[in-house]
Amino acid sequence: MKTPALRLPAAVADRVSVAFLGSLAAVAVAAPLLNLAVPESSPLHLSSYAVGLIGKYLCYATLALAVDFIWGYCGILSLGHAAFFSLGGYAMGMYLMRRIGARGVYGNPDLPDFMVFLNWTELPWFWYGFDRFWFALVMVALVPGALAFVFGWLAFRSRVTGVYLSIITQALTYALMLAFFRNDMGFGGNNGFTDFKDILGFDLQSDATRSALLAATAVALGASYWVCRAVLGSRTGRVLRAIRDAESRTRFLGYRVQDYKLWVFVLSAVLAGVAGALYVPQVGIINPSEFEPINSIEVVIWVAVGGRGTLWGAAAGAVLVNYAKTWFTGALPDVWLYALGAMFVGATLFLPRGLAGLLPVRSRDA
Amino acid sequence: MTADPRRGDPRPGDAGAAANRRDAWRGKREAAARRQPSVLTGDVLYLQQVTVSFDGFKALDDLTLHVDPGELLCVIGPNGAGKTTMMDVVTGKTRPDAGRVFFGNQINLLTMSEPEIAQAGIGRKFQKPTVFDFLTVFENLELALAGEKSFWRTFFARLTSRDRERIDEALETTGLASKRGSPAGTLAHGQKQWLEIGMLLMQEPKLLLVDEPVAGMTPQETERTGELLLSLAGRHSVVVVEHDMEFVRSIARRVAVLHEGRVLAEGGMDAVQSDPRVIEVYLGA
Amino acid sequence: MERRGIRAGGLGGGRSREATTAGRAGRFPGGRWPAWLLLAGCLAAQPVPAAAQTGDDAFRALVGEFAGANFRQKEAIAERLIATGHGGVRDVLTALLEDRLFERGDDHQVFVVESNDERLTAYQLLDPATLARVEAAAPEQLERIITNNRLRRFLRTAIARFDASGPDPRVRLEAVRELLRRLDDANLDVLRGRAAVETDPDVAYEIETALSIEALDDADPQTRLDAVERLSGRLNPVVHNRLSALVATTDDGGYAEPEEAVRAAAVDALWQIDSRRNVYSVIETVAFGLSLGSVLVLVAIGLAITFGVMGVINMAHGELMMLGAYTTYVVQMWMPDHIGVSLLVAVPAAFAVAGSAGVLIERTVIRFLYGRPLETLLATFGVSLVLQQLVRSVFSANNRAVITPAWMSGTLRFNEAFSLTYNRVYIVLFALVVFALVLAVLRYTRLGLDIRAVSQNRAMARAMGVRTERVDAMTFGLGAGIAGVAGVALTQLTNVGPNLGQSYIVDSFMVVVFGGVGNLWGTLIGGMSLGIVNKLLEPFAGAVLGKILVLVALILFIQRHPRGLFPQTGRAAENT
Repeated sequence: MKTPALRLPAAVADRVSVAFLGSLAAVAVAAPLLNLAVPESSPLHLSSYAVGLIGKYLCYATLALAVDFIWGYCGILSLGHAAFFSLGGYAMGMYLMRRIGARGVYGNPDLPDFMVFLNWTELPWFWYGFDRFWFALVMVALVPGALAFVFGWLAFRSRVTGVYLSIITQALTYALMLAFFRNDMGFGGNNGFTDFKDILGFDLQSDATRSALLAATAVALGASYWVCRAVLGSRTGRVLRAIRDAESRTRFLGYRVQDYKLWVFVLSAVLAGVAGALYVPQVGIINPSEFEPINSIEVVIWVAVGGRGTLWGAAAGAVLVNYAKTWFTGALPDVWLYALGAMFVGATLFLPRGLAGLLPVRSRDA
Repeated sequence: MTADPRRGDPRPGDAGAAANRRDAWRGKREAAARRQPSVLTGDVLYLQQVTVSFDGFKALDDLTLHVDPGELLCVIGPNGAGKTTMMDVVTGKTRPDAGRVFFGNQINLLTMSEPEIAQAGIGRKFQKPTVFDFLTVFENLELALAGEKSFWRTFFARLTSRDRERIDEALETTGLASKRGSPAGTLAHGQKQWLEIGMLLMQEPKLLLVDEPVAGMTPQETERTGELLLSLAGRHSVVVVEHDMEFVRSIARRVAVLHEGRVLAEGGMDAVQSDPRVIEVYLGA
Repeated sequence: MERRGIRAGGLGGGRSREATTAGRAGRFPGGRWPAWLLLAGCLAAQPVPAAAQTGDDAFRALVGEFAGANFRQKEAIAERLIATGHGGVRDVLTALLEDRLFERGDDHQVFVVESNDERLTAYQLLDPATLARVEAAAPEQLERIITNNRLRRFLRTAIARFDASGPDPRVRLEAVRELLRRLDDANLDVLRGRAAVETDPDVAYEIETALSIEALDDADPQTRLDAVERLSGRLNPVVHNRLSALVATTDDGGYAEPEEAVRAAAVDALWQIDSRRNVYSVIETVAFGLSLGSVLVLVAIGLAITFGVMGVINMAHGELMMLGAYTTYVVQMWMPDHIGVSLLVAVPAAFAVAGSAGVLIERTVIRFLYGRPLETLLATFGVSLVLQQLVRSVFSANNRAVITPAWMSGTLRFNEAFSLTYNRVYIVLFALVVFALVLAVLRYTRLGLDIRAVSQNRAMARAMGVRTERVDAMTFGLGAGIAGVAGVALTQLTNVGPNLGQSYIVDSFMVVVFGGVGNLWGTLIGGMSLGIVNKLLEPFAGAVLGKILVLVALILFIQRHPRGLFPQTGRAAENT
């Protein structure tokens, strides 16, 4: 099957893709090399901390891509994508918790520590299967996807659009946050999951594992990019843009708008879930605060700063803003919120197309 | 659309008769009328006692109206007479409080969504031209192309050579061939109107609802639009809502005058124009 | 089966008693009592030796013995104090109960302090005998005379005996209820003495309750039966406990009450009490719901204006409320001697501060974004972050405490089963007043006319000579100002901190969307019904799960009615 992405009309757009995927590949190869192969004494050595940081940024970039895919191309502004991200993360976290086994504080081979602490005697049914990696991987995609499907099916069918949709997505993540804070949900309550030991038998603290996770994240980001491009390059992509610009007109042309929105919403949620799943082993913790509405809104600002409607711009925006966050919170912690706030205001007022819009490349399809 | 043996040539050949415009128009009108199939096939569109009210204000009040197959019906009426609301009801945008709306003899439009109605064969051109500004003219027409419109079908959809021919044909008809690669947002107002009509053609609808097609057009554009609409009648049923009396006179065979949500008068242009009630509310003074 | 039902009712009674005690604790603000009242109290107090007019010095010396005494000794000292019949007894005992009795470190003298508020840097000392101001001392130089539960119980009874004959019927009622909890001979004597002279019907009723409870132990079955019948339907929790005890089985299989007829009457009386309690608990839930709903309405009104009328998604709304709350805090700092008035001053001040902040935001950010709701949402979110950090920089990240004025604290008591704290009552009234004012502004003022004109047809309004730019700024300022006013109310319910606004933003959007955008009445009804539903769900589902259920229900509701309870209709609405 010839992939739709390969028969795009604009050659420029392809060049952008090549440049994006190429630099991603470069990072995926160079970062582990500089960390593992270059001796620590060398100025070229990349610290393990930096590797973790880059891996984290790439997860954020994937999440930003997922948000831009529906916001930039279909006009769905989700203020609840952190929910899908966190659900993916929790699914992976459950696997990592099961991997701890008897190495936990209480040494219970089956029950995670927090369950022992709560005097639970057996594993809740929804924890079954998470001792297998493949099962966790399926859940990473399935759980956010299913939630997005149910939510989207209800919302888009009733034509909840624009800010209404944004607000109820926010309510969704808020409700999930409250739910996950509860101890009796069986997800560790306040503290969530942490103290992970290994993934597939590889020690999570080792540099090699961290490098491998970084590379895996880069691959996931590249694959997400490619999938989004494939959809956007097909006629479906044109329908999506038509929906974004004139939803009711699209309907009068005979397109079932709700179906289109639903499928891209589900796809976007799955991508967010994958990003979350890669995030958790790299940062070593997942807890309900990941569901906080502000996180979802922050994702939107990465996209807005990078350039809404350009996939690579969204990814770049995520990396840039988060790099700024790391730098500010280290050097000038008090200034960070001012800077973030200024970014929100500045991006919307002065950079309607984001930083990507400043570049001379015509990146309509990228 | 299946070909009906009783229909005449869908394209009357006397397009060059601009020297004597009145005669030429009459000829086209009659040609279009000749193409009408027999009444046995029934109405294409039938609105019965339709009422729509917004906060107590009745936009449509017990409106009954029918459109014959292949006919070109002009709907006129002062502002607020309910013309656009009528179109909203037919296309599924607004649900009436009471009444029935049938497409053909079988299809109850009131139970269908907008896409379903569009897929069933009703195309609509909006009062304000709405084209997809960020897509090219070609892509606009491509999206309007008749066919399966489900998510997965469009994902794997390819343009067949026949599709390309049809799009090229529509580009010719609407005079937009030179603009095929331009974003629709860059078109002039009149060109957008034409693009919309072109999109309607791509949909191959049985019934076209055309809301103020010549608003803001130059006389030449208006004339071409009229010709185009007349050439469509017969193959399609066409309902035109228009304010421009001169234009309506030139294309209409049957005219319905709407006032305060009901049909005030119906019939030939001359008969309607001489109706004292119509003169009072609309044409008079 | 029947007994189980009674037990369940008993649990409900326990909860309302807690509320009662909490209300009482705030009731005696340590004020001084007129001398004649104290005299009356002495006369009623038991026992009163005839020649007990000890001098102030002896009294002081006796009070001084509290220093270094153990709890048993303290109780004995208190009894001896009462025996003196001195005018200052009640105040000293009250001070001891309220932890306002201190021993001075350097000379071991014991003083009453005016206020033991932990934020004070110096405590005002009062002479225990005369309550005259002596001097001030730093808290470090003083040592509190501590009490334990047993001693506090003793003190409460002792004070109640004084109060039972006070001039204020409400105080007498509280006192009688206090005595009713410990029906020993001394208390019964006081109550019997009051029964003859009591004129207030409520107090007389409670005294009758007490004497009837005592009669339950009478040897004569007929007296017991009469007492049970008198007690039928009485809501005092003590009644419920005593009647339940009557029908309970004893260890040897018999009943505590030997007489069958009395037991039957007791069961009937308990049923009466439980059904009355159930009615009141529903009323109470609704009242709690209304007060929660009023908070929601207050925080949502401003949003209803900016979102509903202008179509602007103001994510900084919560932070404007926060500004209002901090304004309240600052106003209190400025007038520490007039806490009661400060809250009233804070309302216009908060309106002005938040309102001007709103105008500033509109002029610098929002006006460039009209017609782009999603962008407005992002930009105002940025503004909210800046405001939060600003407050952190100025006031630090710690919560600030706003003092609740005396007139806001306390409990409005309808009966034993149903009472409301005053702040709940005031918040409902306040929300209604604010709502009415906003409605009046929109309906009857020139500004309101302009606002409605611009929101309905901007171009036309401009053509009619309305200065739309100015109206936009004023509208946004109005919405922001009301957010500030809501912030003042929130200081009485929650901590004042940089995150104050965030916790309300989702709720307030929900209210506006639920009620229907652009419809103030919808906001009122939406907020109130959300509040009530929340409180109705709480007993079954718990607070957090209840909130989740409400959110989920709302998400489903919006999907059925995408434009809220009271949608705008017509062609104009479809363009929004």
